Amino acid sequence: MKKHAIVIVGGGPAGMAAAVAAYDRGVTDVVILDREPRLGGILQQCIHNGFGLHKLGRELTGPEYADVYAQQVAERNIPVFYETMVTSVSPDRVVTARNREGILKIQAEAVILAMGCRERSRGALNICGTRPAGIYSAGTAQKLINCDGYMVGKRVVILGSGDIGLIMARRMSLEGAKVEAVCELMSYSGGLTRNIVQCLEDFGIPLYLSTTVVQIHGQKRLEGVTVAQVDENRRPIEGTSRFIPCDTLLLSVGLIPENELTQVCGIPMDPVTGGAMVDERCMTKVSGIFACGNVLHVHDLVDYVSDEAERAGKGAADFVREGKASEGAYLQTKAGKGVRYVVPQQLRKDTGDVDLFMRVTQPFGKVKFTVTAGDKVLAVAKRLKAAPGEMERITLKQALLQDAEGTVTVELEEL
Amino acid sequence: MERKITCIICPRGCPMTAVIEGDSVKVSGHSCPKGEEYAINECTNPVRTVTATVRVDNRRDVMVSVKTENPVPKGSMADVMAQLRKITVQAPIHIGDVVLEDVFGTKIVATKEIL
Repeated sequence: MKKHAIVIVGGGPAGMAAAVAAYDRGVTDVVILDREPRLGGILQQCIHNGFGLHKLGRELTGPEYADVYAQQVAERNIPVFYETMVTSVSPDRVVTARNREGILKIQAEAVILAMGCRERSRGALNICGTRPAGIYSAGTAQKLINCDGYMVGKRVVILGSGDIGLIMARRMSLEGAKVEAVCELMSYSGGLTRNIVQCLEDFGIPLYLSTTVVQIHGQKRLEGVTVAQVDENRRPIEGTSRFIPCDTLLLSVGLIPENELTQVCGIPMDPVTGGAMVDERCMTKVSGIFACGNVLHVHDLVDYVSDEAERAGKGAADFVREGKASEGAYLQTKAGKGVRYVVPQQLRKDTGDVDLFMRVTQPFGKVKFTVTAGDKVLAVAKRLKAAPGEMERITLKQALLQDAEGTVTVELEEL
Repeated sequence: MERKITCIICPRGCPMTAVIEGDSVKVSGHSCPKGEEYAINECTNPVRTVTATVRVDNRRDVMVSVKTENPVPKGSMADVMAQLRKITVQAPIHIGDVVLEDVFGTKIVATKEIL
């Protein structure tokens, strides 16, 4: 069996940043395994710009952002196994993968899971109707158009107003398709404001909130969809349905962290994020196995993925050097009123300042976040606006953290 | 003329109203000077970076992603796309390679490595 200090599963933005950070922390025996023939993961199909503003201070397209990190990987001569599919990770950190040469087994001292996420599909939505051609998840259509050069349709309805749906509305319009509507089940869009402005308003594409697709029509090719307004329980309202002719339906209805390896390994999961439960250095509850990026929780900005992956990379490097000695006493975190989840789910209180990441349950105006442990306030943060689509970060200072006892709870109140 | 503009400078997303009379633009609804500036630019000279793809001649089923090096007038996006549809490129291509010169005062550059 081969041996490596750190094995990274996935060569997207998370895997690359984790590899570079681990290497720079002094553990140079790092390898990346990826199922694709090139590094970059989903960034290769995200040809729009807006990446890197926070992390790199300039605005790049997805492939350019990926290239910045791919170069850093190359400069360090970090080996990458391309077209290599990891099939299992064991709790004692044996990584099994297969590629054209056969089966590969590596005993790692630390493993970083960076498999990203995948799209929720039609089957998960239970939309009535036939099963014609012309129904794609938005990301699949994005890959077909941007990487492979196949236009997927001419007259389009998009279900879901998350960022991928909005980006694809613009992309399809620029390529000459007519986007008839973007329908959103919720009463608000999950996308970034700048995407609503530059992808919908610029092209005069209507956004219908509290609206969903209730029926799909057509035999060989999609001929149209019936949409209807929904009530506060997201049930279609009788009498509000109407037919929209279209040959293409794009589904942008949520992302699911791709955690099959994690679950088979027996790593405890957070049912809300769909990812592993981790501590402040991104280590799961299985010693020596780390997780970062969209496999841990779905991010809205790749910049934050890179930040998180750097923490995982450093954490894994420190773990390799220090082993079990680096495990300290843990505080648990908890999402309180108005907060849907908090990552990390547990943290050590003696390792320096700790950033908490969270999403709110619904759109709010001006809010105040309060982080408490027992009856002690650890941090207060005010925001002019909070929305589920925009991840919040609150820093806990070491000075306050070191004496904290009890569960670290984040809650918000609307001002 | 009156225009509704959603500010995209920060996450607050102020709903602004711009009243355009001749050369003057009066903005209301903003919370900061940056928002006002954005609204005025949106009314007088809105620009966008266009990102798209160009077919690679000597590679099967491969597109290279491209962008306008600088933003172009918002109204010219369809023209930019029309020009890009007419051309193809030859691999190898590197990030920053110029794919098309002089498009609305800027260049079209590759954003992906195609080896």
